[in-house]
Amino acid sequence: MKKLIDAVDDVVLDALRGMAAAHPSLRVDLDQRIIVRADAPRTGKVGLISGGGSGHEPLHGGFVGYGMLDAACPGEVFTSPVPDQILAATTAVSGGAGVVHIVKNYTGDVLNFQMAAELADDEDIEVIPVVIDDDVAVQDSTFTAGRRGTGATVFVEKIAGALAEADGAVADVAAVATEVNERSRSFGVALTACTVPAAGRPTFELGEDEIELGIGIHGEPGRERTKLRTATEIVDFSLSAINDDMPLSGSDVLVMVNGMGGTPLMELYGAYAAADKWLTGHGATVSRRLVGNYVTSLDMAGCMISVCRLTPRLAELWDAPVETPGLRWGR
Amino acid sequence: MDVRQWIVRFSELVTADASRLTRLDSDIGDGDHGTNLDRGLRAAVAALDSDLPPGKVLMTAGRTLVSKTGGASGPLYGTALRRAGKAFGDATEVDAAGLGAALRAALEGIKELGKAEEGDKTMVDALTPAVAAYEGAAGEGLAAATRAALDGAEKGAEATVALQARKGRASYLGPRSVGHLDPGAASTVLLFRALADVAGRS
Repeated sequence: MKKLIDAVDDVVLDALRGMAAAHPSLRVDLDQRIIVRADAPRTGKVGLISGGGSGHEPLHGGFVGYGMLDAACPGEVFTSPVPDQILAATTAVSGGAGVVHIVKNYTGDVLNFQMAAELADDEDIEVIPVVIDDDVAVQDSTFTAGRRGTGATVFVEKIAGALAEADGAVADVAAVATEVNERSRSFGVALTACTVPAAGRPTFELGEDEIELGIGIHGEPGRERTKLRTATEIVDFSLSAINDDMPLSGSDVLVMVNGMGGTPLMELYGAYAAADKWLTGHGATVSRRLVGNYVTSLDMAGCMISVCRLTPRLAELWDAPVETPGLRWGR
Repeated sequence: MDVRQWIVRFSELVTADASRLTRLDSDIGDGDHGTNLDRGLRAAVAALDSDLPPGKVLMTAGRTLVSKTGGASGPLYGTALRRAGKAFGDATEVDAAGLGAALRAALEGIKELGKAEEGDKTMVDALTPAVAAYEGAAGEGLAAATRAALDGAEKGAEATVALQARKGRASYLGPRSVGHLDPGAASTVLLFRALADVAGRS
């Protein structure tokens, strides 16, 4: 394992120290391990919180700031945060108008956020959880823990964040988050496995000419392994999987070609060209797009495509100003 | 029997086996089970006060596990220990019947929180036969009953190899999860090994 780190045990803490030093707009509490907007809490504003394992940067800490999240709780690498941490973040951003928890559908995340919500309730803070489950690679929830929450988390955090910034009520912020989740789907492909620092070796073995289709964001293997294909073939396969689940023809879409951490932007742009062509060819109108590393899986090579079928209101909230380390425009 | 020693022994066994648990988890999950549980249990042991009655010891250990572990194992093991502790109530001694009721409560707590049943390839598959075996042998005293429970846990864990996962991250692998020992079931065996070790001492 070759990593730019000091010590395996300090990886997350050192990253938090760096975020604190690099972004004065954030308040980083190293003891509680939370990243909070420096201006939080704002009285009367709904607090928007997310969190999950570290290793997906910029998700979630990189999306804390004006127009998006009020706080993020990073767990250990690929491990959900603990309830105390989530409660600390909830308390730190509570402006009396309630707090929305954006939770990715992974067993550990769901359980820990659930416990934190109970603790917050004890302190009379209203918490509404919204669970993200956009991954079409997971099909039948009777045989699995249900769809994973992956790329659409960025869409949800941005759009719900815009409404919260505009002083939307807690029920409305939660409702728009749910709406975005329901209108979004993702599919991911790995070209290589990633290496978790504490494990010291790749999470799974992938041959030189093999790829893994339908991966999640924690380095867990996907649903099928095949031979390497061209970027266009991979993009077509991913978008077909999405389209089979949520027909895109006639829709105005927001699309994200997301890098998993180890793929150069050059290749992501190539993939985006194929995605744009596929979507247009299948009757969708691409009106908003993101290309880059937004929800990563450490050093994994590969990409994930996420699509959201927009409404005029969702497009307007997407376009609203945002100023975070990982996403900024209009301000 | 000293339940504090049970948690201490569980922590020792998990520390010794952490890399194996993590490797089992890498095969079908995300590769953090050993490091996570080790971290949580060390914190739980540090939080324990030897003067507390059994129920309070387990509730404290459970609360600490929930607070410090993360992942799915923190809430699940933490809830199991908290429920077991509640079942002891104010009892000052651990007898065979009391421990049986506590183990049953732990199993129910885990099934409720994880919404898992037998056959889903989770820790429930080791825990269920362990508790059943314990109850079957409870009349023979603590040492014998905990040995029977360990035997049940081992057999249950081994049986997860053939199962396809329906819960947790391994479920995303579908048929490819078959052929691997479930890491949660593997750590559950350690929980019962620790119990048998400690009950056998007294």
